[in-house]
Amino acid sequence: MELEKFSYDNRMPRNFAMATVFWGIVGMLVGVIAAFQLAFPALNLDLAATTFGRLRPVHTNAVIFAFVGNGMFTAIYYSLPRLLKTKMYSDLLSKIHFWGWQLIIVAAAVTLMAGFTVSKEYAELEWPIDIAITIIWVIFGINMFGTILTRRERHMYVAIWFFIGSWAAIAMLHIVNSIEIPVTLFKSYPVYAGVQDALVQWWYGHNAVAFFLTTPYLGLMYYFVPKAANRPIYSYRLSIVHFWSLIFIYIWAGPHHLLYTALPQWAQSLGTAFSIMLILPSWGGMLNGLFTLRGAWDKVREEPILKFFVVGLTCYGMSTFEGPMMSLKSVNAISHYSDWTIAHVHIGALGWNGFMTFGMLYWLFPRIYKTQLFSKKLASTHFWIGTLGIILYAVPMYWAAFRSYFMFRAFTPEGQLQYQFIDVVQSTVPFYVMRAVGGTVYLLGVILMLYNLIKTVQQGSFVESEEAEAAPLPKFKATGKQFWHSVIERKPIWFLVASLLVVAIGGMIEMIPTFMIKSNIPTIATVKPYTPLELQGRDIYVREGCYTCHSQMIRPFRYEVMRYGEYSKAGEFIYDHPFQWGSKRTGPDLARIGGKYPDSWHFNHMLNPRSMSPGSIMPNYPWLFKRDLDISNTNSKIHAMRMLGVPYEQGYEAKANDDLQKQADKIAASLKNDKIEISSKKEIIAMIAYLQRMGKDIKASETTSTNN
Amino acid sequence: MSAMILMLIGSLIIAAGFLAAFLWSVKDGQYDDDFSPAHRMLFDDTKNNNNTNQSSN
Repeated sequence: MELEKFSYDNRMPRNFAMATVFWGIVGMLVGVIAAFQLAFPALNLDLAATTFGRLRPVHTNAVIFAFVGNGMFTAIYYSLPRLLKTKMYSDLLSKIHFWGWQLIIVAAAVTLMAGFTVSKEYAELEWPIDIAITIIWVIFGINMFGTILTRRERHMYVAIWFFIGSWAAIAMLHIVNSIEIPVTLFKSYPVYAGVQDALVQWWYGHNAVAFFLTTPYLGLMYYFVPKAANRPIYSYRLSIVHFWSLIFIYIWAGPHHLLYTALPQWAQSLGTAFSIMLILPSWGGMLNGLFTLRGAWDKVREEPILKFFVVGLTCYGMSTFEGPMMSLKSVNAISHYSDWTIAHVHIGALGWNGFMTFGMLYWLFPRIYKTQLFSKKLASTHFWIGTLGIILYAVPMYWAAFRSYFMFRAFTPEGQLQYQFIDVVQSTVPFYVMRAVGGTVYLLGVILMLYNLIKTVQQGSFVESEEAEAAPLPKFKATGKQFWHSVIERKPIWFLVASLLVVAIGGMIEMIPTFMIKSNIPTIATVKPYTPLELQGRDIYVREGCYTCHSQMIRPFRYEVMRYGEYSKAGEFIYDHPFQWGSKRTGPDLARIGGKYPDSWHFNHMLNPRSMSPGSIMPNYPWLFKRDLDISNTNSKIHAMRMLGVPYEQGYEAKANDDLQKQADKIAASLKNDKIEISSKKEIIAMIAYLQRMGKDIKASETTSTNN
Repeated sequence: MSAMILMLIGSLIIAAGFLAAFLWSVKDGQYDDDFSPAHRMLFDDTKNNNNTNQSSN
């Protein structure tokens, strides 16, 4: 057969690789700043844009979607054409993909710092950006599937399967979780409320970890580890089993984020069961990667790239063992809302994603610049600094988590709680400092890499594209018995549909019953919609990212019920668009904060938390006292809420702002009683209204219909 | 309770489907060649073969 000439493009992988390094440093720097803010609240600078509640989403979005995202695209744009012996489908689509993605990242950072957020973790971005992400993702998909369809290599190497599975799952997750009703250009409400919103969100949140941080990087691993070691993967068969079992099981595990919450019991158990099952495919994959180096461990001693891969894979194994353990209810009782979760995700993020990325970059740059790595020794130093950084980061967090758990649940012989929340906070602060130092050390390693790569680029000369030749694919015609075999194995579109189906069925079986069957969410007669002022206050709560440190979900433990009040019921959240359960308790739970303190306490506390609660690490919120509440959108907010099923009476929009003003005046008057003068038009008034409402409805009420 | 039953039925159908697919694929010889793809990916067919795998030494 005639050989066809074509070329592999190196510009796109290079662009994505450079973006990976750049956004990696930016995202980690923001993370380090946020980490220090937890120890030294003055670093919040008393500015809205630089407060922890806004910087934390910037950090998570930057490292996930900018650093790992660009890393994933680097791997795909480099490996896909080479594995399929063709060029990328369209240079134009590649360009749009690259620049579109970078623009989205910039828009994300700017809007998050401006306070435009949906508050659903790792899906905080508001609806215009959600739409932009969808468009770019589809463009990326067309480019990838176009490449696959025009391939010259019939067999699709396992890495490609991982890329396809990731693409399909993320497309669906992103769309399902981002269904929201726009109120203004940068404000929207999710269509789901309370328990259902929480279920959808953590189904997304969990699978974002699965299909954005894990499966594409497994694809990366299956390509770059064999390449760097110059030996085939340990077991190709295992890699196929790994893929199918992983994507099938992963999608069911989401509810493990909601153990001991108001989520129906059966959904919690289902999540736990599948989480335990995940150990097998995950460890199969890890061992497959590590065993690839069997008989070549001497190379690992010499080669920093392999060192990065070995520790990266080991961290993958550790966090995929730890994750299922944390899905056990008794373990989750300790780990949930604590710094354990933070340690867990950073073993995955710094160890797995970070080290796999670094290994890939050290391998890639010398190749596309046709030179040797500037300094192997420096890369090795980076490896050791990075490993040290991970340890310095994780150990204090584990320690802090257990320490605070034992403090939270300590009772005096009289049966009273032994420690105030603030005691726990203060005893955790030293660990926050150590963690921030660990993060800084890790970041220093990345800066070493930047220097090393710049030097490598300078000494080399860029190879824009590499000429290649291969025979075209003969037209394949399947017959009889072979038909289904070929349909499944050889047709990427079919493969895509199959992955989508697997993923969708898993999600639907978990979600549809909760949506459809009323008995799962007992309604509580006294739970009423928020007043317009409370609704506005709630949106400020969302805007400031209060959920990043405060949960609104009291679990049914004696030590929580005694500290925070009656445990939370599913029926209390039916008007919560979005839910605000949170995932971390850096500060106390707020589900029943309403009525606990006078208005003046909240006023002083928001102005300077340390005046009311000495030793607090909460930021000041001075701008809430200066800004007037924007009430021009009250009508559209009420309207949107009614569309979502919140029972505001017809025509209430017209009266909403009057009611809002009345309630605001009342709060201002109550503050005046305590000798605090402030205009009833300020944002803080709405904030106080919301805080004072929280968790109150259920008091003096009885559950009208219960359990399933 | 109806939610549990719905879920159970759904899960069993999927599980059965995948078991069937797995048995079929083994019987069909789907995984017979698990050698050449793993080796083929190590070789890039670039013309100016600056063999990409040497420098790890």
